[in-house]
Amino acid sequence: MTVLDLTGLTTRPSQVWGGVRLVPLVREEPLTDLRLHEEIYSDGPGLVELGPRDHYLSYIPHGFVAAWTGDGSPAAAYGTRLDGPGGGPPPAMPLRFHRRMVRRQAKDRLRFLPLHLALEGYLALHFGGPVIAWQEWSDRALRGGLSPRVEEAYVGAQVRGLGDALRVFEIHPNQCGLLVYTGDALASAFAVPHPDDYRALHPSLVSDLYGELVHHYALLAAPLPDFRTAIDGAGIRSLADLRAAARRQERDWALFHDTTMAGGLLDVPHTAQSVYRLGRFTLSRFLPPFAPKHENHIGETITDENGRIAYLKTFRLSENQVRRGHLLSRLAERQWNLADTAAELGVTEAQLGMRLESAGFGHLLRRDVLDLYRKVAVGTLGRKR
Amino acid sequence: MDSYGDLIAADDVLLFVNAAITSTGQREFHSEEGAQRLSLDFLHEYMIGNYRDLYAAVLALDINDHNAVLIVRRLLESAREATDEQRRTEGRLIARRLALLPPQRVYGLFRELRRAKVNNRRTRAVMRDWIAARPDPAFDAVKYRGGVKLALRHAHLAPAVEELGPFVFAPSSRKRFTTPILESWRRAHYEQAALYELPYTVAEGFAAKHRIPRAVFLERIAPRMTRLEQLRLQESGREHKAGAVRADLTRMPLTRLASYVLGLPVADRLARRAELTDALRAAARRVAGVHRGSWGRVAAVLDDSFSTVGSGQKRRRPLAAALAAHYLLEALAGHYTAFWTSGHTDALLSRPQGPTPLGHRILDALDTAPARLVIVSDGWDNAPPGLAGEVLRIWRTRLDPGRRTSVVHLNPVYDAEDFDVRRLAPTVPTAGLRDAEDLPALVELAQFAEGRTGKAELTAYLDARTAHFLKEER
Repeated sequence: MTVLDLTGLTTRPSQVWGGVRLVPLVREEPLTDLRLHEEIYSDGPGLVELGPRDHYLSYIPHGFVAAWTGDGSPAAAYGTRLDGPGGGPPPAMPLRFHRRMVRRQAKDRLRFLPLHLALEGYLALHFGGPVIAWQEWSDRALRGGLSPRVEEAYVGAQVRGLGDALRVFEIHPNQCGLLVYTGDALASAFAVPHPDDYRALHPSLVSDLYGELVHHYALLAAPLPDFRTAIDGAGIRSLADLRAAARRQERDWALFHDTTMAGGLLDVPHTAQSVYRLGRFTLSRFLPPFAPKHENHIGETITDENGRIAYLKTFRLSENQVRRGHLLSRLAERQWNLADTAAELGVTEAQLGMRLESAGFGHLLRRDVLDLYRKVAVGTLGRKR
Repeated sequence: MDSYGDLIAADDVLLFVNAAITSTGQREFHSEEGAQRLSLDFLHEYMIGNYRDLYAAVLALDINDHNAVLIVRRLLESAREATDEQRRTEGRLIARRLALLPPQRVYGLFRELRRAKVNNRRTRAVMRDWIAARPDPAFDAVKYRGGVKLALRHAHLAPAVEELGPFVFAPSSRKRFTTPILESWRRAHYEQAALYELPYTVAEGFAAKHRIPRAVFLERIAPRMTRLEQLRLQESGREHKAGAVRADLTRMPLTRLASYVLGLPVADRLARRAELTDALRAAARRVAGVHRGSWGRVAAVLDDSFSTVGSGQKRRRPLAAALAAHYLLEALAGHYTAFWTSGHTDALLSRPQGPTPLGHRILDALDTAPARLVIVSDGWDNAPPGLAGEVLRIWRTRLDPGRRTSVVHLNPVYDAEDFDVRRLAPTVPTAGLRDAEDLPALVELAQFAEGRTGKAELTAYLDARTAHFLKEER
């Protein structure tokens, strides 16, 4: 269990556009030995190949390349060592094949598809499916695991107002990150090691993935109010007092934001799993505790040797996705034993079966078992009447 | 004491003046073209419906050409609703304003009137008088051929020169024209050398027809260009190595010059620093005129945040206004300090970048204890939001109740949603800003915008401006 460590990143005042609030994060001392490069894939569905069987349908807007520049010299956004991993897309075919989600490109290169890592982590939470072949599970579940693993996500351009909000956003000097809120619910957090990287990536945020919830909130949200500065005139006798009061207001906002608005992301312990380590940096993905009716973010990070975040990208799960994750994690805890899990959740086995079905996991149960559960569920209702 | 209604009237008029100064119906950084037009149209309808006299009087102020045309058009369209007295004043105001407008705008207005089927006696008279006052009808007929044709036809006018009729309506009927420019136009169809005797815009079409290389064309047409055409084609001419296209920068209007400077790459600005600075200072001094150095201690807070990039249609316009204001204030002030929101100090190298920490900059500016504080900003104060308003409020109520410092906010951007320019604080007067050249008049006008002046005072001010405006014609 770890908590995200945003030391070194300071929160600056938010900028509001319609239902979207953007909160900039500023790094006083940018990291120079880790730089990111973007590789934008042509629009169209990307196909990630994980192995022979695991075809994976999802939209992939970005592939990133992490580069280590020991001297830290090149300040240009694209760096001087860009050597185009993978080459350009085949001219007539909008599909791209990515052999693995993370793979070494060159000696000091690491390529990964942001969010995919984390989405995969979520989807493949218990990739192998049931670990013990309890009789209730279907053959398909035992053989194929949870495949096919498909989740819905929206491109940023489809999130209402986000495109405009990003267009009119005024980037702060030394800005290295951005938190996106729709309807004042945290939608996504994004942080990079260097301001130049951020400047280059800022427009790409509109082609990123966002959860279903984010999309709906943006669609339905009324225009948000600004957190306008309000200084009490009493006790102010000079310009210096006024200046101090202004500074205090800024600090108050940062504190309020970090503890309250972003609390669902920053205060909740996450299960982190390190994926790759290179030099002093570690690439890892994290999963939330899957607590229903709470904020749950999945994401990926690159942290330095002290655990401070160099790179961060999160994705907010919708309530449905959280519920599914919750069920799976409970089942996994009990070795996929239905009776034990039901007892732990305080429901009957049949009710748990119905919950699995309504969460879209009905196909994992044997057909006759599921039918029996259905009958019991209906019967129970009948007796109650 | 004014009634409540009068206060509202005064407020409405100021709001409309601000809109008429800033909005051009074009896209802005924060709003689309459609929103701007819709919002502006509403204001015009509202004004002419409620305050016809004041609506017409606005023509005497430094409003932009787009709005002047809109006002004239609405006045002519609704001539029937005006009283005799109103018609007389309106007629003079319209005639005076049309004389000041660039001819292409006026021909555009005639086209609009024709499209709207406005052809009352008054409209025809206005068109007749304006065309009769044109200095060179033959030149107009060549340069604005479509416009002239349409105007003659719409107002049932006989052309001033006998040859113009055939030239405009049946050019192929004559073998030869006696007026030189008309003859050049005829020959330019066949002969390359003749097109260099035509105005630049007309010659450009012929050059394309004859496939003349751009560099050659620019080099030879340069003497026929207007002042602003030369400025506009400076960089293009430089690229094509057409040395003849050389504008005398010291003669250019201040804000245009600022726009030109901001369009140059930073390396060019560094290399030509002395030349550009001299030109800007000269233009500013010309505008300041007798008021030079008379403003005492002045501090300015100038916005160069990312939003001053404007839009594709108004490129860097808000930043150009700020830059021009910077040089003008430098000329007007006895002692001058500038505070750019980005914190940069080299005005010539300014570029739209970063957030708008207006509140902090205003604090810095007030630290210098100025007699006047001028703020040029689009009013999107966002780092932190609302701090500028709070600072100004507390400054006025607690720290400077005696008004040692006069504060004025000039805003170059019309906010379509609020039907006004964005304000910073209710205690600080805000006025719209188009060209920095109008800044002194605007500072005067802004005093009305504190919401405490009534209609009587405002009407008196407008009457004075109208009288002055109409007096200039003689």
